Amino acid sequence: MFKKAFIVVAIILTLWLATSYKGVDPNQTLVIGAPFEYTSQDLSKDGYIFSRFQVTETLVEIQPDGSIQPKLATHWQTSDDRLTWRFTLRPDVLFHDGTVMTAEAVVFSLQQALEKPGIIHQVPLNKLYPEGDVEVVLELEQPYRPLLSVLSHFSTAIASPSSFEQKSGRAIAILKGTGPYQIQLLSPPHKLDVERFDNYWGEPARIRQIQYLTGHRAESRALQARSGQADIIYTLDPASISMLEQAPNVDVYSESIPRALLLKMNNEHPYLNTVETRRALSLALDREGIAERIIRVPGSEAYQLFPPALGDWHLKELEGQKNLQKAREILTAQGWIPGADGVRVRDGKRFSLGLVTYADRPEMTVVATAIQAQFWDLGIEVTIYVGNSSDIPYLHHQGTLELALVARNFAWANDPLALLLDDTRTHLGSDWGHMNWSSGELNQLLSEMTLTLDSEAYFKLSQQAASILAEEMPVIPVTFYTQQIAVNKRLNNFFYDPFEQNYRTSEMYFD
Amino acid sequence: MIKQILLRRTAQAAFVAWSVGTLTFIMMRLLPGDFAYRIAAGRYGYDYVSQAAAEAVRADLGLDRPAIVQYLEWLVNLLRFNLGDSLVSENPVTQELAHQLGSSLELAVFASFFALLIAVPVGLYAGRHTGEAGDRLSLMVSVILRAQPVFVIGLLMVLAFSLQLGWFPVAGFGSSEYLILPALSLALTLAALSSRMIRNSTCDVLASPFYRFARFKGLTEQQAFTHHASPNIALPVVAFVSIQAINLIEGIVMIESLFSWPGIGHALAHAIFARDVPMIQGAALVMGLIFVAINTVADLIVFKLDPRQREEALS
Repeated sequence: MFKKAFIVVAIILTLWLATSYKGVDPNQTLVIGAPFEYTSQDLSKDGYIFSRFQVTETLVEIQPDGSIQPKLATHWQTSDDRLTWRFTLRPDVLFHDGTVMTAEAVVFSLQQALEKPGIIHQVPLNKLYPEGDVEVVLELEQPYRPLLSVLSHFSTAIASPSSFEQKSGRAIAILKGTGPYQIQLLSPPHKLDVERFDNYWGEPARIRQIQYLTGHRAESRALQARSGQADIIYTLDPASISMLEQAPNVDVYSESIPRALLLKMNNEHPYLNTVETRRALSLALDREGIAERIIRVPGSEAYQLFPPALGDWHLKELEGQKNLQKAREILTAQGWIPGADGVRVRDGKRFSLGLVTYADRPEMTVVATAIQAQFWDLGIEVTIYVGNSSDIPYLHHQGTLELALVARNFAWANDPLALLLDDTRTHLGSDWGHMNWSSGELNQLLSEMTLTLDSEAYFKLSQQAASILAEEMPVIPVTFYTQQIAVNKRLNNFFYDPFEQNYRTSEMYFD
Repeated sequence: MIKQILLRRTAQAAFVAWSVGTLTFIMMRLLPGDFAYRIAAGRYGYDYVSQAAAEAVRADLGLDRPAIVQYLEWLVNLLRFNLGDSLVSENPVTQELAHQLGSSLELAVFASFFALLIAVPVGLYAGRHTGEAGDRLSLMVSVILRAQPVFVIGLLMVLAFSLQLGWFPVAGFGSSEYLILPALSLALTLAALSSRMIRNSTCDVLASPFYRFARFKGLTEQQAFTHHASPNIALPVVAFVSIQAINLIEGIVMIESLFSWPGIGHALAHAIFARDVPMIQGAALVMGLIFVAINTVADLIVFKLDPRQREEALS
């Protein structure tokens, strides 16, 4: 009887294997792998995945050089007092559900973003309304220069009103954007298939289908690229790069991205509340060593906050290097005398601090231990706590944070002005920016920047603002990030967006 | 007797459902860190977790309510067979489990099937030819396979069948071609042990007086093996395979991760990081029930195979 049962089960399983085979047509399908997971279709949470794969589009779009260009809005006008912005919508744009994009639909979509936490809340918005079918008006309480940056962010993408139907029963509506690709299959958190949208308003996509797979392990992703299973693999681990560079079917690209590894600190902590001490900490860091040995991208060491990709804000002349002797002298001058066990002491208190980091990016815990060793050479004892990323804002607002190693993303917009305006709103600082530090001079510069229209004046002001941050060091930069990508040689016109808003796969094609 | 087994197991399942849910709820409460911040990190990712996001989550989920109210709410929902919504994805837990746990089970079923296809013939052959070259070879292969972490076996399979031969994709899911390598990697690890178990069981039965008697009374080797040896070989093997099936569900995390296969191990780890309590409770509860179900099926098979148990029940 059991023999028969086993045979029946074997037949069923074999049939299952045979019938659930769905072959991929490599000539029509672009396969992409990366470590990014998504859990929902909520644009405020996971909108990045839909904007990268061109399901959704925004009113305006950041270009690779950081400039902002029209997208779903063809042009815009601002009133003389810069309080009213009028966006004229592109005509004949269809959503993936076949409906026409109207001003009312755009306003509805932006209102949905306003109901969720997100970057749009930084805009001092007074009123948002449609005017006719093709104009969207935003009235502000005060001038806000980075408005276009905010409107280029994935969380403010425009989707059809039918995408926002609240849970009806248990089914959630499928997101319908305006992009050259529409959703074909959603399988969160690991898989997303999109297919060409034939009624796209612009140049139609050349490749019919894109399959995205989240790869948990860097080894697997590298092997996917090496075997030819995937055409593009984002975020390679340093160990795989040399193997892939030798592979005959793959090109490896290294692109600088606007993200930096920083030491965030409580600037009012009795041990860290002087510029001199922060400078001593910075001088004790062997950034070149960290860049070369841990990040494995020589040249990625950071002596300022803003990477080269953020043009206006990057200080070209600024250089630095490790100088442990000078760092020791500074601390001694601050009253910190070497103690019996090597840890410096002042007024009977040891220079001992707790450093919080998180393991979302695997190199962070290793960099934290390198920093621990380098500070030990300076006579500072650091205890590392590896927690969750949410510990950083939590401890910031609790006021108990001492030191934290964080990877900050400056790439959500083309210009860090909006980010800095948020950082400097109060003396407390911001969740991922500095803590308990403020500068009247910096605030003055930033408010001038929100008003200026002259690009040369803007450049000068941003350089001055960046210089203040580099000198005062309310956070200490450690390294910049580089995105390493493997691309199959059969793919043409590969493009990488350093702002990671749009992968522009619709412009790529196969041999 | 079957009724008794089923009744006992049903009571056990109810107890498992309540205790697993209650324990996970208490353990989650004892973990350090703020719930709202953790959930916000799970929802928005580390670039966008902030106080504003955490406060929105706190208001949205009513996290300020007393823990006992939240626990009772879960208990009432459980009685209505409602596992609630994931705090991170906001989708129903049952929907998330169907995808994640369903995928793990799919992998486990095929891994067990392939393992049996390998282990039964190898084990029977080795048991019938103890001490011969085939037996020694199977022992050597078994030792080598058991000495490797399943991750290494998976990696070797990828190097051989994906990179060199190009027969199967390296990673992915959603089509049967993606299933073969992860299931086979697991199957080899399982078969390494169960083939030795079958071999020993075969060896014992063939040396037993009842088997010798069967042959002595004139049955052919095939007849004696089919009627007298097979059921006795199967008895310990069924018990062992059921234990292995439980270990398998617990142990496929590495393979899922290597092959980018969606699974409950990955989902549970993420749910714990994000303090997604309904998801953890739901997953733990369903896994507990699966363990009870596997044990029940094993009990029923052993009961059916072993006439001594049936006689005991009737007497």
